[in-house]
Amino acid sequence: MIGSRRQILVRKILVWIALILGACFAGLPVLWMVSSSFKSNLEIFAYPPALIDESFSFQAYEAVLSDPGQLRFFFNSYLVAILVTICTVVTSILAGYSLSRYDFPFKKVLSLIIIGVQSVPPITLMIPYFGLIVWLGIYNSYAALVLTYMVFTLSYAIIMMTGYFNTLPRDLDEAVMIDGGGSFVTLWRILVPISLPGIVAVGVYTFMLAWNEFLFALTLTRTNDMRTVPIGIHLLMGQHSFEWNQMLALSVLGSLPVLILFLLFQRYFIAGMSAGSVKG
Amino acid sequence: MSNGQVIAAKSANIGWEQRKRKFLPYAYLSPTLILLAVLTVVPIVTVFLYSLFDNVIVNPNPPEFVGLENYEEVLTHRKFRAAVSNTLYFALASVIVHFLIGLSFALLLNSKLLGANVKAFFRVIYILPWVFTASIIAILWRLLMNPHGVINFVLLEIGAIPELLEWLSDRKLAIHSVTFINIWSGYPFYLVSFLAGLQGIPDDLYEAGRVDGGNAWQLFWHITLPQLRPIIISLALLDFIWTIHQFTLVWMTTGGGRNTEVLSTYTYKAAFSSYEYSEASATAMVILAICTLVAIFYVRSQRMTDE
Repeated sequence: MIGSRRQILVRKILVWIALILGACFAGLPVLWMVSSSFKSNLEIFAYPPALIDESFSFQAYEAVLSDPGQLRFFFNSYLVAILVTICTVVTSILAGYSLSRYDFPFKKVLSLIIIGVQSVPPITLMIPYFGLIVWLGIYNSYAALVLTYMVFTLSYAIIMMTGYFNTLPRDLDEAVMIDGGGSFVTLWRILVPISLPGIVAVGVYTFMLAWNEFLFALTLTRTNDMRTVPIGIHLLMGQHSFEWNQMLALSVLGSLPVLILFLLFQRYFIAGMSAGSVKG
Repeated sequence: MSNGQVIAAKSANIGWEQRKRKFLPYAYLSPTLILLAVLTVVPIVTVFLYSLFDNVIVNPNPPEFVGLENYEEVLTHRKFRAAVSNTLYFALASVIVHFLIGLSFALLLNSKLLGANVKAFFRVIYILPWVFTASIIAILWRLLMNPHGVINFVLLEIGAIPELLEWLSDRKLAIHSVTFINIWSGYPFYLVSFLAGLQGIPDDLYEAGRVDGGNAWQLFWHITLPQLRPIIISLALLDFIWTIHQFTLVWMTTGGGRNTEVLSTYTYKAAFSSYEYSEASATAMVILAICTLVAIFYVRSQRMTDE
C-alpha cells in the first residue's frame, strides 16, 4: 500500500515540479510587473528583455510620489475605502444580528432580496444611476462612492455576518437578556467582541472591493480631486505617450495596501470568504 | 399605587415590550433596506421602464411608450448576438478553467508530501493574482502581451510561434487572450474555497476507501469530488455571474473592440458612447435576466446543501 522509498521520492519530485510550474504561472507576471516598474520607460520593451537591466532606478516611484495629483488619488482611495469599511461593517452587524436572532414576517423574502443583490450586474444599475446620484445631490462627492460601494459590499457582508452569528450559541445572549440587558446591549457587549474574526473578514473583504472598484468611480466623479487610484491608472493610460514605468509604479503602490491587508489577515479572510461562498 | 394599577402598568409595559420586539428586527435591518431600496430597487425599476420607452434621458422629445420594441430591435441586432456569444464563451471558458486550475492547485497544496511552511509560502504565491484589481491586471497583461513584450520573446525563442503575435489586437486572438487574463485573475477564489473544502473531508473516508483497495485516482473520483460537489456547484454559478458582470478587464485591455465585445461593454457603449439609452436599457435588462436565472439556480443549490 505505502510505496517504497524510491516511489515516494519520485512522487515528491513530481509534486515539486508541479508546485514550481504553478508558482511561475501565478507569480512570474507579477514579478515582471514589479521589475519593469524599476526600468526606464525606454527599456520596458528592450530586446532581449531582462528582469533587471542597467536602467534600474526608483525614478518612476519618485515621479508618482512627488506628484500631488497622484497622491490625491491615494488619499481618496484610502478615505473612501475606510469609510465604506466602517459603514458596511456596522450595517452588516446590525442586519446580521436581525437575521440570525429574530424570526419575523417577511424574513425569508427580505433575506432573499439581500442575497439576490449580489447577482445584479453593475452595468444594469449604471444607466439610471448617474441621474439618481445627481438627483440626490451627491454627484462628484465621496458620499456617492461610499454609498455605492456599500450597496455592492453589503450583501456578501451580511451573508458572512449572519453565518458567523449563527455559529454562536443563543444561550449567550439570553443570559444577558435575563440580567436585564436590552438587545442592543447584548449585541454590542457580547456578540461583537467574540465575533471579531468574522468582523475582520468582512472588513478586509469590503476594503478590497472598495479600493479596487472602477466602473462607478469613473462614472460618478468628474474632477480629478475626487478620483481614486484605479481611475488614476486609467487616466495615465489615456495619455498620448505611454509612461509605462509610471503606470506600473502606480499599480505596484496601488496594490500594496490590499496585499498587506491580505497577508496580515489571510487566515480570517480565507475562512470568512470560503464560509460565505460555501454556506451562502 | 393599588395592586390593579401595578398590574395594568406591567401589562402595558409587556405590550410595549412585545411591540418593540416585533419592530426591532426591522429596525436593525432598516439601514440596509433603505440603502438597497434607493440604490438598487429604484435603478432597476427605472431601467426597466426606460427599456419600454423611446426618447428617454436628455432627449428633447417626450418619452414614448413602445412596449417590447427595444428588445426586438436589440435581440435581432447582429452586434448584440456577437456580444452574447462572446460573453458565453468568455464566461464558460473562465468557469471551466478556473475550476480545473483551482482544484489542481488546491490538491497540490493539500499534498501530504509537503511541509507546512512550504505550503504556506506557495499558498501566498498562488493567491497572489487575487489581490490585484482589474485595472492593474489589465496593465500587467498589456505589458506582457505587447507585441514586443516578454511573452512573444519567450515563445519566439523556443520556437512555439513563427512570428510576433498581436495578442490583444488580433481579431481572432483577442477574445482568447482576454479570457486567459480573466482565468489568471479569477482562479484563486476557487483555490481558497477548495482548500477549505478539502480540509473538511474526514480522513476516515479515505481510510475506508484504501481498505477497500482504492487507488489514488479512485479515491479522488469517488470521495474527493463527491464531497466537494456542493462547493463546486455554488462556485461555478457565482463565478458565472461574476464573469458576466466583468466590465473593467475587457474595457481596459481591448475596449470591447477586436471582436471581444461582451454584453457589459456593449451596454456601456450603447448608453454612454451612442446615447441609445432605450436600447442600452433593454440589453441591461437582458443581462439582469441571465444573471437572475443563474442566481435562482444558485439559491436552489444552497438550499439543497442546507437541508
